[in-house]
Amino acid sequence: MRWVPVTAEGRLDLTHLDELLTERTKVFAFTHASNVLGTVNPVRELADRAHAVGALVVLDACQSVPHLPVDVTELGVDLLAFSGHKMLGPLGVGVLWGRSEILDEMPVFLTGGSMIETVTMQESTYAPVPQKFEAGVPVAAQAVGLAAACDYLTALGMDRVHAHELMLVRRLLDGLATRPWIRVIGPTDLHDRGSVVAFVADGVHPHDVGQVLDDQGIAVRVGHHCAWPLHRALGVTATTRASFAAYNTAAEVDILLAALDSVPAVFGLEVAS
Amino acid sequence: MDLYQQLILDHAKERHGSGLREPFEAQVHHVNPTCGDEVTLRVHVADGVVQDVSYDAQGCSISVASTSVLHDEVTGYPVEQALQTYEAMRAMLTSRGRDSGDEEVIGDGVAFSGVAKYPARVKCALLGWSAFADALVHAGVDITPPAVAVTTPVGVSAVGSLHPTDDKDPS
Repeated sequence: MRWVPVTAEGRLDLTHLDELLTERTKVFAFTHASNVLGTVNPVRELADRAHAVGALVVLDACQSVPHLPVDVTELGVDLLAFSGHKMLGPLGVGVLWGRSEILDEMPVFLTGGSMIETVTMQESTYAPVPQKFEAGVPVAAQAVGLAAACDYLTALGMDRVHAHELMLVRRLLDGLATRPWIRVIGPTDLHDRGSVVAFVADGVHPHDVGQVLDDQGIAVRVGHHCAWPLHRALGVTATTRASFAAYNTAAEVDILLAALDSVPAVFGLEVAS
Repeated sequence: MDLYQQLILDHAKERHGSGLREPFEAQVHHVNPTCGDEVTLRVHVADGVVQDVSYDAQGCSISVASTSVLHDEVTGYPVEQALQTYEAMRAMLTSRGRDSGDEEVIGDGVAFSGVAKYPARVKCALLGWSAFADALVHAGVDITPPAVAVTTPVGVSAVGSLHPTDDKDPS
């Protein structure tokens, strides 16, 4: 296994990508939009470079599909996955999209009802994709719920969702910039950016920041966001993360900023105003 | 907010007994995987007395302060009494607020009674204490509560009590 490093700002450092991606690379997997930094990666460029060495490209789109327009043909990836619970949908359901020739080649990984074509005592053949991968009783309720979420977001318009969320991100970043005791982890410009903003308050652990916000009715995520190695690489133990979606408002950003101002007092932090 | 008692903030700022020292019989490393809180903790036991608890803790104010209180409340005490303090602290933290803690037993530990109402933070407050109990086991101490004091329901082992979960109801 090899890893693409990140710059101090949290962007993928592609300086030595040619040495990392070689003829020996079988799979190049990366995220479309970072769940920690809010960065949006240059998927098309990365996919083309991976394909040039014959590697398969797998994209984590869990943070992009719910927040910005995604067109699989434009991205040029081979496999793409996203989950229901991050896009107003139910838990326990997600989507794997793949180019049909790749899915056709992939072996069955679960056997059960509804995925066979013919069965004899000597051999079995399997249903075509996607039934081949959907053995057993389907999670029908979750699938219907996810479809409703897709329809809902599509009706809002993903370009509008993205623009709305970036407006919120801009407002939060501007507000955080006037609070020198807060350090944003990730890019502070809107170029190739998604809708999460992670930050640390110097001298206060993110869990404590989150607790103070929680007490004021504000839900943020704290911790290492299932990305411990990334946090180590950025030199922080954990971060506090505001995660915007289509339903958030500018007024809520202001409430968050006002609530943050109570943090230094609770922990006896002296801040320059 | 009632969660952050001044005692907790004081212990978080000035950690009593912080740092790793010798001699020690056992060293353990415990983490809270959901948030990345970490503690490396050593125990030195001699003549049936906890001679020293030394540690290097990283984490939120709750976890760090709780480990600082641990140092105060068990160092210099007979192992048996230290274990009673541990059990009392654990009982309070997993009581969901029903057990406000006995200051006679857990000292500054009572400042953490509010934590029991926040299930997500209970593990933070228990991190150092669980590490302490684990280190005692590694040091060869039998931490099983005496038979007369056992009130745990059938099926809950003593080892299990080292890893209390939020949903375990000790009553």
